[in-house]
Amino acid sequence: MKLEVRIHGRGGQGVVTAAELLSMAAFDQGLHAEALPSFGSERTGAPVMASCRISDHAIRSHDPVSHPDILVVQDLTLLRDSAVLAGLPEDGIVVVNTNRDLADLVKGGLEPGPAQRWVTVPANDLSRELLGRPLPNTALVGAVAGITDLLGPEAVASAIRRRFAGAGQGIADANVRLAEEARHLVMSQARGSEAHA
Amino acid sequence: MLRQLEGSRAVAETVARCRPHVVAAYPISPQTHIVEALSELVASGELAPCEYLMVESEFGALSACIGASAAGARAYTATASQGLLFMAEALPNASGLGLPMVMTVANRALGAPINIWNDHSDALSQRDAGWLMLFASSNQEAVDLHVQAFALAERLSLPVMVCMDGFVLTHAVEEIDVPAQDQVDSFLPPFAPRQWLDPDEPVTIGSMVGPEAYTEVKYLMAHRQLRALDAVSETAADFAEAFGRDSGGLVRRYRTDDAEVVVVALGSVLGSLADVVDELREEGVSVGALGVTCYRPWPVDEVRRALRGVPRVIVVNRAVAVGSGSILGQDVRLSAPRWTTIHDVVLGLGGRPVTRDVLKRLVLDVVARRLGSEVLTFYDLDRDLAATELARELADASPPSGEGR
Repeated sequence: MKLEVRIHGRGGQGVVTAAELLSMAAFDQGLHAEALPSFGSERTGAPVMASCRISDHAIRSHDPVSHPDILVVQDLTLLRDSAVLAGLPEDGIVVVNTNRDLADLVKGGLEPGPAQRWVTVPANDLSRELLGRPLPNTALVGAVAGITDLLGPEAVASAIRRRFAGAGQGIADANVRLAEEARHLVMSQARGSEAHA
Repeated sequence: MLRQLEGSRAVAETVARCRPHVVAAYPISPQTHIVEALSELVASGELAPCEYLMVESEFGALSACIGASAAGARAYTATASQGLLFMAEALPNASGLGLPMVMTVANRALGAPINIWNDHSDALSQRDAGWLMLFASSNQEAVDLHVQAFALAERLSLPVMVCMDGFVLTHAVEEIDVPAQDQVDSFLPPFAPRQWLDPDEPVTIGSMVGPEAYTEVKYLMAHRQLRALDAVSETAADFAEAFGRDSGGLVRRYRTDDAEVVVVALGSVLGSLADVVDELREEGVSVGALGVTCYRPWPVDEVRRALRGVPRVIVVNRAVAVGSGSILGQDVRLSAPRWTTIHDVVLGLGGRPVTRDVLKRLVLDVVARRLGSEVLTFYDLDRDLAATELARELADASPPSGEGR
């Protein structure tokens, strides 16, 4: 296994599509990947989870990701449920959709593990800017690409274009820009924290 | 050519390439994406000529397929769970009448209680309906089995059910090689019905058979089903030659040769099992897996051969015969050599994920003799929750009239 990603969000936030996009980007780069959605009661706002497993070997199992290398939380309120973090290793990475920064979250009661890396991405704000509404998934896909070496920006862009091909004027382009912006944001965040260390 | 796409989509495209004349569609989670994708292919003209029937229920869907097949058309439908039950009356009619057709069952639990997630209780509840039943262990195999299913159905003049785990396979997006139209055309000849309703040469399909001949008819049906075992193997071999892929067949062994423990299962859990087998083998545990691909007819000889010399067998049951015990487990018991210890285990009902962690723990429990073999074990049961509820239920057992309350 090279990379296992688990995405948590609410119905209507594009969780399933996010996992698909990651898997398509990986496939475009010659890797093996699967996206597995996990539905609760299907309604807008209900918790949704999706897994994406990427590997350089053919993938045989279809069970959901139990030990995520990267956890994506598309809705901050989901962190109230500790099960969302289940299986996260000590050095796991969590990407959270929020316009607050980590220090602020900690003040609010978040207890990140000492070796964990928490990345905050204002995905709702970014998508409001570029798409006109808060749809955080493609931004968070870009953020994941900014964290892992496995997925290059071209592969993410081509996956987005393919997925949103029939979506109408400029939608695919806007989403590609959104993913790119989030990716840069995360990478500069990482560089910034390295500089401080 | 490998493409990254959703399992349902791949199945729909494959079914379209099998050139069905009639698709009878009624939606139900988790197969709806299949019939929706087929409707797009018919609407765009990519699948033509094809009559796409929006029927009023699953019973309508299967009845339409029966009528279509009787009229000489290649027919297809898809369903799951309560939908399969809704067409239950028509299932033995399709097989009893000897009408070829293919149906995808996107395996889903039965209600009540309502549960839309994956287990095998739907298909297994209809195991005696006289249909051939093939279980896919992966999306690639699901795609391949549909091509084989049409060939088998028409060769045997019997209906074939292709089972694939709902959501787990149907909604997974992964790399799948969808056979090209020319490849399918070479493999699957045009439908040449053995019998069909023709106004110019009238026949009756489906007569009444009284006590004087019913037994003979059923005996011949049973015989034909058993002959199907050979046809299933041959079709898989033909498929391997034509497409270069090992898909279908009766059973699939994985590292069972010198195994001390073999896990028997149906469906997608076999993928996880392969990973677990490899991991445990690295740790020195002599374990293997046996996938049953052709569930009906039951390949008794192949299962017996695969389990010969294996001291311990674990059967993973993703359905329970309420009031009786296991289903797959009982089939395995019938086939296993007499000295085999069989651990019958229930796992993954109603969509509870069968993870590699739980499978690994299961094998290790058996190897360490921590799991009994005399009873059916609900292995992933929340024992505390069940115990609490049971205590309440048993204490609550007052007469319905409310005497003494």
